[in-house]
Amino acid sequence: MGGKVYASILGLLAPKPPFLQVIPLSGRYIPKPEDVVIGTVTDAQGTFWLLDIGAPRWAPLHMTGTPWDVQIGETEKFLRVRDSVIVRVENLDPTGRIGVTMLGAGLGKLEGGTIVNVSPARIPRVVGRGGSMIETITRHTGAQVAVGQNGRVWINGTPDAILRASEALRLIEEQGQRRGLTERVESYLISTSSSNDQGPGVAPHESAHRDAPAHSVPPVGPADERIDPDSVGPAPDEY
Amino acid sequence: MTPEVTAEIRTSHILDLAGEGKRLDGRGPDEYRHVEVVPGFVTTADGSALVRIGDTAVLAGVKLEPGKPFPDTPNAGVLTTNAELIPLSSPVFEPGPPQPGAIEVSRVVDRAIRAAEAIDLTRLCVTPGEKTWVCYVDLHVLDHSGNLIDAAMLAGVSALAHATVPAKRFGIAESDYPLDLQHVPVECTFVRLGDTLVIDPTFDEELAAQGRLTIATDETGRVVAMQKGLVGAFSPDDVREVVRRALVHGDRLRIAARGGKT
Amino acid sequence: MGSVGAKDIPVLLTPEGLRIDGRRLDELRPLRIQAGPLHQADGSAFVEWGANKVMAAVYGPREVHPRHLQQNHKAVIQCKYNMAAFSVDERKRPGLDRRSQEISKVIAEAFESVVFAEEFPRTSIDVYIEVLQANAGTRCAGLVAASVALADAGIPMVDLVPAVAVGKISGQIALDLKKEEDNFGEADLPMALVPQSGRLVLLQMEGHMTPDELSRALDLGVVGCKAIYEKMKQALRDRYSVDPIAAGAA
Repeated sequence: MGGKVYASILGLLAPKPPFLQVIPLSGRYIPKPEDVVIGTVTDAQGTFWLLDIGAPRWAPLHMTGTPWDVQIGETEKFLRVRDSVIVRVENLDPTGRIGVTMLGAGLGKLEGGTIVNVSPARIPRVVGRGGSMIETITRHTGAQVAVGQNGRVWINGTPDAILRASEALRLIEEQGQRRGLTERVESYLISTSSSNDQGPGVAPHESAHRDAPAHSVPPVGPADERIDPDSVGPAPDEY
Repeated sequence: MTPEVTAEIRTSHILDLAGEGKRLDGRGPDEYRHVEVVPGFVTTADGSALVRIGDTAVLAGVKLEPGKPFPDTPNAGVLTTNAELIPLSSPVFEPGPPQPGAIEVSRVVDRAIRAAEAIDLTRLCVTPGEKTWVCYVDLHVLDHSGNLIDAAMLAGVSALAHATVPAKRFGIAESDYPLDLQHVPVECTFVRLGDTLVIDPTFDEELAAQGRLTIATDETGRVVAMQKGLVGAFSPDDVREVVRRALVHGDRLRIAARGGKT
Repeated sequence: MGSVGAKDIPVLLTPEGLRIDGRRLDELRPLRIQAGPLHQADGSAFVEWGANKVMAAVYGPREVHPRHLQQNHKAVIQCKYNMAAFSVDERKRPGLDRRSQEISKVIAEAFESVVFAEEFPRTSIDVYIEVLQANAGTRCAGLVAASVALADAGIPMVDLVPAVAVGKISGQIALDLKKEEDNFGEADLPMALVPQSGRLVLLQMEGHMTPDELSRALDLGVVGCKAIYEKMKQALRDRYSVDPIAAGAA
């Protein structure tokens, strides 16, 4: 437009030579193929489920996109409304719906633990360069953590581990744009660690009312190789 | 941003925490979130108050107009309470006519104001059988993060406490005068999370709740209204416990109603 | 309020060129914009403009309800403008009224010109405007609040959309009418501008003006809009550049 470039959304401008990148400061998660995301089942139809992944539209998970032997009309035996899953984004279909799949390592139904919401824009800082921030959190708390590119983070472990990991995420959410974040998170975690620190991996909480087969896959621990922070926006050590 | 469907593991986690006397936001079972009351927020109203309880925000506006009394109470003013759960305040509200939730909030607040005789309705009567003041209390939810009842009640009572009867403007008297409350009711809401009864539930705690109990008290230590909501059950001992706690918290809320923070 | 006799009409303009509140003809009322005050909405803004208090919230893009409203190739923009019962001197009964429906429509149309709706087919972008306290120019205040709320929600747009009402009082073109000027003046012209293109996306007028007066009113409105535009940008900058805890606590 007249040789000038305009940004259409509110964001931070980051040089990524030879391009300029606008990093959105706010807004819903916009799905990209290959993103690993955490979703909640909002509907179970005959051959697929619909997931709320925090995107503008719900994402269909087809029964063939799971490791289970699902018969038509029996989807609810495997996943019910309000269940949580970790899945990978596939391609956009012509109607704008993004399909997801549960086939792949580290994907599956989530059991136990809890989900914490973070702005999608903050996820690069949650992961850290080379996974360093996530590694710091899991090392100091002993929690199991799975990070969804859609701003959902699953945390499992002792109540204390979940509490401290959640608080670390809250710090990143609120102060993610400031310098020295890694130090602040680490010092929080160190200052709140108790002498009787539990090891990682407490047995997932079994929901008493579940009669569906629990085909849950243990989600990722520290240093997940599938999430490349460089592919989702800069995560510099310092701004 | 609230997700449209809440994950069941989040609800289970809230229940697990409650079993240890803990809550997601670090509060204890008997702790209110930060309460803030801003009286006089809207000057076009005869009385108003903006109340924040944590992230929940409700704005109350009181308007008084001359009208006709009800035939069966010719000597009394008319009080009517209306709560608007507007879509602006939450992704779970739809536009359109009031949903059951809105009607319940309106009625629970109205019931407590009436039962406590917060306003001496006979003082609102101008000419018996012919002319009386109609007092509208409009409750506008702006941000829904749980516990709308307590916030709406506090906003309504605070707006009334700071209201002026526009007698001069309507040519009924020489000058406007304060509405003056004779009692100050407030409400305290509890939800059951497993075996624990927590006060001032957040939105997520309401979703996880197995029953909700609201107790309205006034400044003389009387219980003036109660409402059980959601699906769940309470024993008589549960009720005694929350009444005891409601009386303590009620006094702190009353101080806030006069304009301030807790 | 009772009927108004000739002697009750306030003096809208003194010989020195001062308006009822001491402003000059080309001065805006005090305007304060806060971005992101609400926690549930995807984007929000609170505007205090003169004695107006308006809250706006945006949800979306999200699934369309009811489904039959969805459009195949773009997001549908739904706007609901509403005045709280206590926002005006004479209590307004809650519920839909024709004036609010009309305003909702013209505001939605204004945003349809600037939002990149084709990026989100079959979704809905819901804009809610609540007037909490009214003193003329509420549709403009609402539009300004909604525009900031859309940006706060991360909705891609051509530009922010400032808006202002220009009018005619005592025969003179005046910027940003307040209530008495709107009630007793000779014309009222709300307008909304897309600064980047210089084009108007909302334009209404009521009263009587000569073509020359209209032309001057448009120019004055554009100047006013540009000043408001700067405040809108600043509100968004303030939201994200300071500590979010402090900004949100206001």
